Amino acid sequence: MSKARIAVSRREFIIRSTTAGAGFALGLTLPGLPRTALTAEGTGGTDWAADPEGPEINAWVVIQPDDTVVIRIARSEMGQGTLTGLAQLVAEELECDWSKVTTEYPTPGENLRRDRVWGSFSTGGSRGIRDSHAYVRKGGAVAREMLIQAAAEAWDVPKAECSAEASVVTHGPSGRTTTYGQVAKAAAKLWPPEHVELKDPEDWELIGKPVKRLDTLDKLNGKQIFGADLTLPGMLNAAVKACPVFTGKLDSFDDSKVRDKPGVRAVLAVGDNAVAVVADTWWQAKTALDALPVTWNKGPHADLSSAAIDEMLDEGLTSGEQVFVGNASGDAEQGLAGAAKTIEAVYAYPYQNHATMETMNATAVWTPERCEVWCPTQDGMAALEAAAEAAGLPIEQCDVHKIHLGGGFGRRGAFHDFVTQAVLIAKQLPDTPVKLLWTREEDMAHGHYHPITKCKLVGGLDESGDLTALKVRISGQSILASVRPEWMAEDGSDPVTFQGFHADGDHAISYGVANLLVEHAMRNPPVPPGFWRGVNINQNAIYLECFIDELAHAAGKDPLAFRRKLMAEHPKSLAVLETVAEKAGWGKPAANGAHRGLAVVKTFGSYVAACAEVSVSDGKVKVQRIVAATDPGYAVNPQQIEAQVEGSFVYGLSALFQGECTIENGAVVQSNFHDYPSMQIADMPDVEVIVMPSGGFWGGIGEPTIAVAAPAVLNAVFAATGQRLRRVPLKSVEL
Amino acid sequence: MATLKINGERVDVDVDASTPLLWVVREQLGLTGTKYSCGIGICGSCTVHVDGAAVRSCTLPVSELAEGQEILTIEGLSANNDHPVQQAWAELDVPQCGYCQPGMIMAAAALLTENAEPADTDIDAAVTNICRCGTFNRVRRGIHLAAEIKKNGGAS
Repeated sequence: MSKARIAVSRREFIIRSTTAGAGFALGLTLPGLPRTALTAEGTGGTDWAADPEGPEINAWVVIQPDDTVVIRIARSEMGQGTLTGLAQLVAEELECDWSKVTTEYPTPGENLRRDRVWGSFSTGGSRGIRDSHAYVRKGGAVAREMLIQAAAEAWDVPKAECSAEASVVTHGPSGRTTTYGQVAKAAAKLWPPEHVELKDPEDWELIGKPVKRLDTLDKLNGKQIFGADLTLPGMLNAAVKACPVFTGKLDSFDDSKVRDKPGVRAVLAVGDNAVAVVADTWWQAKTALDALPVTWNKGPHADLSSAAIDEMLDEGLTSGEQVFVGNASGDAEQGLAGAAKTIEAVYAYPYQNHATMETMNATAVWTPERCEVWCPTQDGMAALEAAAEAAGLPIEQCDVHKIHLGGGFGRRGAFHDFVTQAVLIAKQLPDTPVKLLWTREEDMAHGHYHPITKCKLVGGLDESGDLTALKVRISGQSILASVRPEWMAEDGSDPVTFQGFHADGDHAISYGVANLLVEHAMRNPPVPPGFWRGVNINQNAIYLECFIDELAHAAGKDPLAFRRKLMAEHPKSLAVLETVAEKAGWGKPAANGAHRGLAVVKTFGSYVAACAEVSVSDGKVKVQRIVAATDPGYAVNPQQIEAQVEGSFVYGLSALFQGECTIENGAVVQSNFHDYPSMQIADMPDVEVIVMPSGGFWGGIGEPTIAVAAPAVLNAVFAATGQRLRRVPLKSVEL
Repeated sequence: MATLKINGERVDVDVDASTPLLWVVREQLGLTGTKYSCGIGICGSCTVHVDGAAVRSCTLPVSELAEGQEILTIEGLSANNDHPVQQAWAELDVPQCGYCQPGMIMAAAALLTENAEPADTDIDAAVTNICRCGTFNRVRRGIHLAAEIKKNGGAS
């Protein structure tokens, strides 16, 4: 078979698949809605799908005649910088001019049509880069080879004599040059090479460089469109209210009271548990909904309270029922029995809401043949599945247009309740785009909350004050049991519950303890749990790192020295811990009479540590300074890592000081930022970030540091006051 | 019906008098840079300037605005994204998700109009916006850098 014939068949494939995409978009009854306008405003891209002759080199790379490099990004940008980091990975191998790089999101529907060429769209678990670096770099490398080959063929010279740099191909012997833009169309017709060599990390020029984010400028002048900002021609706006009691249903509503209010177009049941008002503007919809008389069928959990949940968890601290082992070595019971001294403590961590700044929202248009959705989502494919299911249409007749998120933190990944609702509303108003936007109150009432747990720890010290036995009993909620039962282990346990306690892997314990037993008594109250930035390492790191501090003090030892002795087998963890201790001046007095606390974890594949300095006066804790170190293996963009580490202290310390959702009468008590407060700039400590990539592995960035924020501060509070605070949040604690 | 002066232009809007300025700006005028987040005047995502002062627009009914009052939204802060605060924000890559940033920038710009060289304590008192991604350290550095840019004659 000749090269030309292969090339033609490949070209046909691309034309066929992209034409399908264009036809799909045009098939929608949205008069006057150019796809380009949508992507330019909504998803920041070009009109590639409508241009089957466009110079797509491969799924990841499009080169325009003017040398613009469009890099396709499957994962979602929600502030964490993944968009820029992934583009750096592709561009590194592509050898393109970074100043010419732009990005776009392919749609999940396009991904399905092209046999999932972009792989996973899921953006969570700090996996954006560490899970996809290999194939996105390969995408860049393959495109580079095709561009070089196209130039070589145009010059009729051996490809081996040509090289590429900064979007320019050079023929070495003759010195001739051409640009990617000039050869892109020819390159697009070539069959991709089967094998490409990825660069040795030592040769990286763009990976590891603190380049600026690609998405900053539009975020400075209001141009960046979030889901909540989307406007489509003829669009109506919806406000929704679901039964505030978990698992409760909609009983009835009296729309005669609001039907005649200005702008109101429809009052609709949404599924079996919610009601929506649809109006010309959202403010009209919201005020009409506030005035709508609604009765609820509250269901079996109408009496649920935090006190009852508390009892349930307390029982689990000692019970033998539904108990799973997450890690065990030696004999913890025997070790404790033989210990010279034993210490025991019980910690507690509450429900917390993600509280993304942008409330849940989605815009949908439904016809009997098509359904399209525009939404901020951490997982475009999951959003598409939710849309298709609610639409009652084959998935091939649906698509989702991803929009930058006004915060995700896990709320917009595994759950697309907002998509389901938007589609269910749109389905009742065919041919009409409807934007659904939740109020903050709805967002607080219908979260998928950080799960609630308690933890009892018992530690045994020998005569010389070394830790010889440790027993950890977690009691509380499993995320997987509710959200991903198919991911649970065969014995019915939830491995995610044990983050930070595992024997090995991405979330391994950082200490070697001769006699160790870590258990989980699964207790699942009827409050929907979810993956919450950091997931279970947030509370597990408090439990372990604060208790280790307790043990060190009980042993009369310095907390750093006590830890060091347990970390012989964990040199990377020890390295970040030693680094923060040294940089903070551990062992020397802190400025302004502040006191210090330490914490270290391995989580999401990265090694992180923090040393916090706090002062306490008038009963108030002031976090003065934090030194934080991160070893993520490879550091793709150090300045974005710094931003994520700094930001992790805002999320982690907001959770420590203020974050708590309580339950009364089956519903969440807190309703907005007045009773679910979040940190402000005045509370923010100085943060010194040390990025210390040791190479050889790819660790996550967006979540790990959250885990060390709270325990480092709690240990410093103990150093300052002698008080051991074991219940989060601290807002009601008197010091 | 209300007559407002927004970003230098006089506009008539046909809304219920109790409608908050936020929703007039977003839904009547299509200026979606000003964000909704809490709706109760706490988080600051909806911050605009009224006669140069930073206000929470989500709890300000249009009926409380007098006809001549100058309302400035993020879209009107500069013609070319070059207000000193925007320059500083670009230089330091301040935004993460960016949703709270228009409000944050408007709060910072109002502070600098009032106080050309704010101390950290001035920033603490004036910028009470919530950011869940956690941009506060860069916001603080950004305000100091913007003050410097302004002092050195940067566009305003």
